[in-house]
Amino acid sequence: MSYPQIMQLSIKNAEQTRSKRLNSSFPELTVDQKAKLLEQYHPDFNQKVKRKLHLGSNIGDPVPKELAVLIEAQSRLNLERIDLDQIDYKTDILVVGGGGAGLSAALTAKKTGANVLLATKLRMADSNTIMAEGGIGASTGREDSPVIHYVDTLIGGRGTNVPELVEALVTEAPFIVEWLSSMGVNFDRLPDGSYFTHRPGGHSRRRSHSIKDLTGLEIMRVLGDEVRNLGIDMLEFCPAVELILDDKGQCAGAVLQNLDTDTPVVVQAKTTILATGGMGRLHPLGFPTSNHYGATADGLVMGYRAGAKMIYAESVQFHPTGTAWPEQVLGLLISEAVRAQGAQVLNAEGNMFAASLETRDALAAAIIRECSDRGKSVQTPTGMIGTWLDTPLIDMIHGPGTFKHRFAGIYARFKEYGIDPVHEPILVYPTQHYQNGGLAINPFGETTIPNLYAAGEVSGGVHGQNRLGSNSLLDIFVFGRRAGKHAAEKVQSVSTGKLTLAHIRRYEAELREKGISSDVVSPMILPDYRFEKALTSIQHV
Amino acid sequence: MSSTDIIQLMPIYIMGKKYEVPKGLTIMKALEYSGYRLTRGCGCRGGVCGACVTIYRKKDEYKWNIGLACQTMAQEDTYLVQLPYVPAHKAPYAIQTLEPTEDSVVSLYPELLRCMGCNTCTRSCPMEIEVMNYVSAAIIGDWETVKDLSMDCIMCGMCAARCPGELAPFNIAMLIRRMVGIQAHKTPAEVEKRLSDIQNGVFAPELDRLKGMQKEELLEMYKEFQSTKGEAV
Repeated sequence: MSYPQIMQLSIKNAEQTRSKRLNSSFPELTVDQKAKLLEQYHPDFNQKVKRKLHLGSNIGDPVPKELAVLIEAQSRLNLERIDLDQIDYKTDILVVGGGGAGLSAALTAKKTGANVLLATKLRMADSNTIMAEGGIGASTGREDSPVIHYVDTLIGGRGTNVPELVEALVTEAPFIVEWLSSMGVNFDRLPDGSYFTHRPGGHSRRRSHSIKDLTGLEIMRVLGDEVRNLGIDMLEFCPAVELILDDKGQCAGAVLQNLDTDTPVVVQAKTTILATGGMGRLHPLGFPTSNHYGATADGLVMGYRAGAKMIYAESVQFHPTGTAWPEQVLGLLISEAVRAQGAQVLNAEGNMFAASLETRDALAAAIIRECSDRGKSVQTPTGMIGTWLDTPLIDMIHGPGTFKHRFAGIYARFKEYGIDPVHEPILVYPTQHYQNGGLAINPFGETTIPNLYAAGEVSGGVHGQNRLGSNSLLDIFVFGRRAGKHAAEKVQSVSTGKLTLAHIRRYEAELREKGISSDVVSPMILPDYRFEKALTSIQHV
Repeated sequence: MSSTDIIQLMPIYIMGKKYEVPKGLTIMKALEYSGYRLTRGCGCRGGVCGACVTIYRKKDEYKWNIGLACQTMAQEDTYLVQLPYVPAHKAPYAIQTLEPTEDSVVSLYPELLRCMGCNTCTRSCPMEIEVMNYVSAAIIGDWETVKDLSMDCIMCGMCAARCPGELAPFNIAMLIRRMVGIQAHKTPAEVEKRLSDIQNGVFAPELDRLKGMQKEELLEMYKEFQSTKGEAV
């Protein structure tokens, strides 16, 4: 299949400049230049795509419109159908979500001897974690330290991160790598057995630990195997639909929906850990997404309805290098490690316009600028636009075979469509990648609702308004384990009162009082791509 | 492609039922275009989770093909069905106390020795993994080869679904990869020191100071660190 003729011409431009670019780089933005670029071109700064919330703990705060619609919708739960006296499962700890945060929380809680029930929307391990290509950040190197990691993370987050959460993140990071490795995760190693690391954008040291471009897959295989070995109780295809509170205002479990039988499942739990991930499948601002099928912001919707506070819910990360061609894999991520290995980003003329390792927000904004006001985008036959990621540089720099070895997954994916990234560049455009904000937590993972925890992408504050690459694989395990440990300890002192769903009735009454009516029900659970919606449509260009 | 474009349709047969779908879609999008709202049979939509494995056969051919619905282009006149679950045998074990020996593998998975070398597993793998070769390597105890050959495994279970010896190669490889990982696991001296320094609170005073700092002060430190950042790999 390869590239259509109209794109070939632009590839020739890239080929012509390649040898000249080989030993050169584009200057990095100064702090002021970056601030200005973000303000003009980053979607986070575009108030037109946000809407202020009309009710709840964050009343008046702007959030992406697509999220606001779900937050201010009717509950998916038919309250008449639920009898809280008929409890299907009683457990110490309910973990909602089967990704990296959920599994590490479940494993940690189970090791304390507590009863754990793991409920997940699809199969165990179906998550954004399994798709993580790049790596996990930790200051294991001699020239690195948690202090430098702290500063990088804070500056990457535009100074808006919650300091105590970052402190927990960076000081526990080396232990996380150690923990995973000791369970049999096959990290890339140097010949002397030490860790191979690379430096993603915004980091000041090489500290991202990878397993080829399959980092998340390898980690999730091992964690999933361990969950099965420990015999942790599991309900697959049973997403949570609403949280249950008790008459003291504490979280006391959740109502799940069995997707196979379409029946509700009532779970009473002393502590509940939300590890439901992000919102990519809402397609905020009409962008494509790199996210998993189940990334529909369910945790935010349920948590918010139950009264939990959010932080930075307006802030969405667009990864600069989402696939823009072929359109069958539109939005799919090209790991930042590809740029760390030397691939440059080019416009249609084959020229660089930004440093390869600018932070994600800045490079995404630079690509949007190049493709909009500057008019130097590469056009595809289907109306999509993009810039080149010049992958052939990698073998030129590091020797033949490097790309195929290091990026086996990416190579195979493009080969299916007749594109050879060893010799041809890849077309990229920003793709929705990560929900920077989420439910507010403290360093133990506690939300503002007693006995309700959150860990991973559903939580907010760790990354401020922009997450650095390799800090999310880290975040999920640091805070998954912290939430699991604290929730298990807390079980001893929890006394659950009478179960209730009255908060949902109150929430819906408030919607009616404020004249907000909607035929949408939420949480979304799964996106609807049927019929015409199966065809790609890009709304933001 | 937008819905207003003129689209060329072609027939496909989902579980025997005929649907007309646009050319150029993946099998997954063809299913969705046909009106299927997937719960089982759809996961990452990016080729790494193993949820959407699909068996398909082209009209007038006898050969079965196996591919991931999210990665494989739908073709005209194909008959297809998804197989999102395989009831494969998975042995439970305590990996930390397991002796890393061939005996351990065979005692947990005695069926390993039932491999008859037919290569159906390799031909069934949507990731083009040389499954039979790693099964052979497992039998002779060459675990590095098992690890290397099986590294791309997405645990879809198709090797197990089609194996006439009723092995679950993907679960056997999982066990061996973990044992290899644990054997390779060592804590380099510098990492050991880093861990004990953290535990002894060596970085705590400095982090405490940073937590009270404004962004501008941190930015000065950041610039300094960036000036000595070195190569990206």
